Amino acid sequence: MKTNRRKFLNFLIGGGLLGWISSVVYPIISYLIPPKIPEANVSSVSGGMAADFPTNTGKIIQFGRKPVLLIKDDNGEFHAFDGTCTHLDCIVQYRPDTKQIWCACHNGTFDMSGSNVSGPPPRPLQEFTVNIINDEIIIINPTG
Amino acid sequence: MKISLIVSMILAGMLLYPGTTIVQAEITDQLVAEDNCVSCHLEMEILPADFQKYDIHLQRGLSCAGCHGGDPSSDDPEESMDPKKGFIGKPALKDIPQFCGKCHSNIDFMRTYRPRIATDQVQQYYTSIHGKKLKSGDTKVAECVSCHTAHAIPSGKDGRSTVYPLNIPSMCDKCHGDSEHMKGYKIPTNQFEKYARSVHGINLLENKDIGAPACNDCHGNHGATPPGIESVSHVCGGCHVNNLDYFKESPMSEPYVDLEIHACEQCHGYHEVSKTSDEMFGVSEKSVCNECHTEADAGYIAAQKIHTSLSNFVSAYDSAEAQLREVQKKGMDDVEVLFLLKEAHQVLIHTRTLTHTFTPSKVEEKSQEGIEKSRQALEIASLEIEDYYFRRRGFGIATLFITVLVIALFFRIRSMDKEEK
Amino acid sequence: MKKIGEKIYTWVDERYDLSPILKFMSEKNVPVHHHTVWYYMGGVTLFLFITQVVTGILLLFYYRPGADSAYESMRFILTEVNFGWLIRSIHSWSANLMVFFVFVHMFSTFFTRSYIKPRELTWLTGFALLALSLGFGFSGYLLPWNELAFFATKVGTDIVGVIPVIGKPIMAVLRGGEDVTGATLTRFYAFHVAMLPAIFTVILFVHVLFVQKQGMSEPEGLSKTKKTMPFFPDFFLRDALLWMIVLNVLLFLAVFYPWDLGFKADPFSPAPAGILPEWYFIFMFQTLKMIPAHVLIFEGEVLGILFFMIAGLAWALVPFWELKSKRKGLSNPMNIVGIISIIYIIIMTIIGYTS
Repeated sequence: MKTNRRKFLNFLIGGGLLGWISSVVYPIISYLIPPKIPEANVSSVSGGMAADFPTNTGKIIQFGRKPVLLIKDDNGEFHAFDGTCTHLDCIVQYRPDTKQIWCACHNGTFDMSGSNVSGPPPRPLQEFTVNIINDEIIIINPTG
Repeated sequence: MKISLIVSMILAGMLLYPGTTIVQAEITDQLVAEDNCVSCHLEMEILPADFQKYDIHLQRGLSCAGCHGGDPSSDDPEESMDPKKGFIGKPALKDIPQFCGKCHSNIDFMRTYRPRIATDQVQQYYTSIHGKKLKSGDTKVAECVSCHTAHAIPSGKDGRSTVYPLNIPSMCDKCHGDSEHMKGYKIPTNQFEKYARSVHGINLLENKDIGAPACNDCHGNHGATPPGIESVSHVCGGCHVNNLDYFKESPMSEPYVDLEIHACEQCHGYHEVSKTSDEMFGVSEKSVCNECHTEADAGYIAAQKIHTSLSNFVSAYDSAEAQLREVQKKGMDDVEVLFLLKEAHQVLIHTRTLTHTFTPSKVEEKSQEGIEKSRQALEIASLEIEDYYFRRRGFGIATLFITVLVIALFFRIRSMDKEEK
Repeated sequence: MKKIGEKIYTWVDERYDLSPILKFMSEKNVPVHHHTVWYYMGGVTLFLFITQVVTGILLLFYYRPGADSAYESMRFILTEVNFGWLIRSIHSWSANLMVFFVFVHMFSTFFTRSYIKPRELTWLTGFALLALSLGFGFSGYLLPWNELAFFATKVGTDIVGVIPVIGKPIMAVLRGGEDVTGATLTRFYAFHVAMLPAIFTVILFVHVLFVQKQGMSEPEGLSKTKKTMPFFPDFFLRDALLWMIVLNVLLFLAVFYPWDLGFKADPFSPAPAGILPEWYFIFMFQTLKMIPAHVLIFEGEVLGILFFMIAGLAWALVPFWELKSKRKGLSNPMNIVGIISIIYIIIMTIIGYTS
């Protein structure tokens, strides 16, 4: 009887220990597995491959909490701006026809240097730095 | 540290207190010393009732004689206020536009103050109802001083100015809201009350958003004229560009012209433009479509369809937003959901604008785009919430193991103690 | 299974002769009396320290010091990394519990008067470990680079700067410049993950070695019939049991009361209301706040800091000046000193949180 009880307790301790170890090891192992995005995008974000980006188009890229408008102009040069219109909260877009940045909500326009040209926007769009490294577009927030 | 605090407080106080900035004080002191008009009138306390030191003319060195003429260098009133020396005195009401225009219409002179300053105010004024009536001898109408005051004119960007955007509606209302004053002009006097209730009025007067239009933004400033019936829509379209563009290409555009209905005003009103709602569309009681369309006509069906598209989108958006709040409440990651919802909101604004095409298919197409975005947001938000419960379940499992271990250890220790005894 | 174990044992034993260690462990005894419960406090603290080391190392995998990367990388850990929220929350909670248990351990040692001859050095090393724990807390608080931590650090290092003569240079060294900036963060990072752990581990080793060498201290005046229990397995299993419970409490706190990240620090924004240091600094913080600006010809703050420095030094040197007395309970002067200290700390902490 006594040995049975002892055996049962030992079994419980062993099982519990095993369960405990796995509930400690499992989170640690999965913590060490690299997440989908391998590093915290601190002040830069990738905009994809430069060669794959069509000329005279723009694309909204997620930069942390805010949208950034990435544009490739006719000369193949890249420009990036804060994608939130300085008027209200709308997201701006690139217009290939007028070659301007345009906010659809209230028809605000900005030129290719981000300056507000017409419509309600009160301020220019903040410009971001664009670097091409090994054909990859890297957008950098100059203010960090 | 304390001394510097006191000094900076004094400095801040000096800057904030109206009319006593260091620069202003210096200018008036200098004027008092050199200008006999100012020093004498100050001493005898016969200054104009509305005289203010912050007046921009005074600030720029234009004293009494600058407008009223005369000779400020003489301390003999006979001599200094001699009409022969150009003394004008108080101009007659009907002469005020020319009185101000002496300088303000002179581009060569005005350019010395600001290169891009406008000098067509007087010219514009005479095209306005006010100007025309003044010319024909009606002195009850507004001239320069009615709006700008005579001796208390700061820059228009100064909050104290009567023509600062926030002050404009009440300034116009002084005359236009006075039924006694407006008697005989056959126009209503309740514009201000209506305007104050409107979406524009609320934004300007309550929210102090000077981007919102005041009276002059639709009626013009110096050339103030009611926007002719044809041009109402153009006035609205000046800011609400897309809405007008869509409308112009819509099937409604032509019939409106034929029936002489004014595009925007028909549904939105004018002074009392209230905040729009999705209920304006459709066939419910609040709908404005009902006013012309009757059951089963093409417009009625279209209105119904557009309303359905809109409300489907809005309910999808609302449920995603509710889920987002749940995510935030539970302290989980909201970045991606927030981002998607922002995009969905953008689409929502666009969809609502698209209703002005009066084309159900276009609204439906955009709605679907928004519903898809809202759905994605909802999905991610739900994942986050699921994760929240997953953590608790995970904790439960770990606790189970630990509890088993603890209980087993406890009995093990107890049995060991018994053996020893 | 057993055979492999035995083989490994004999292999090692042949080369290194494990019998003295084995003998030591089997002979190690723990006295049993109604104060035995306090013997576990050191163990719990040790367990929490191990937890800190493990979770701390794990956090290092993703954390990136720097004014513009620290907060973002913390966000990343909390939102993107699997179980990152758990590791971080455990690290924060365990840090707080560790400081708490360090205090409990210290006061229990104080009241059982275990510091007296021959254990003076154990007390001294223990005091050093307490100071280092506070250093860990202070330097770690800043690392997420959030608003609250930023301003708390500013205030905390300001206080150091008040000390006459040496204060300013120490403050500059701590901050890595005139002000709390990204440079401070880098410094605190170095303190937190390299300097403090290295020193702590060495002193901890010495501390534990002293305890093993001298055995557990027994409070004076206990009944003559000595009761003991063997360390292995009796005490060890009890220790393990307690550690399990502590771990479960940690998990509970981490899951149900996850540690906030707060808002990113903005050095140019005005200090938000309600800046408080970590709870274990509150009593000092509050005292400094309550001292009048000038006491006679001295600056109040300076006096307060000097007071705490002297009090700390006196506390560290307790084994060398203690007022000997055979009396028990409240009539023993040392007990009164201890109780007054605890009451003072508790009252000041409460005032600090409520005012």
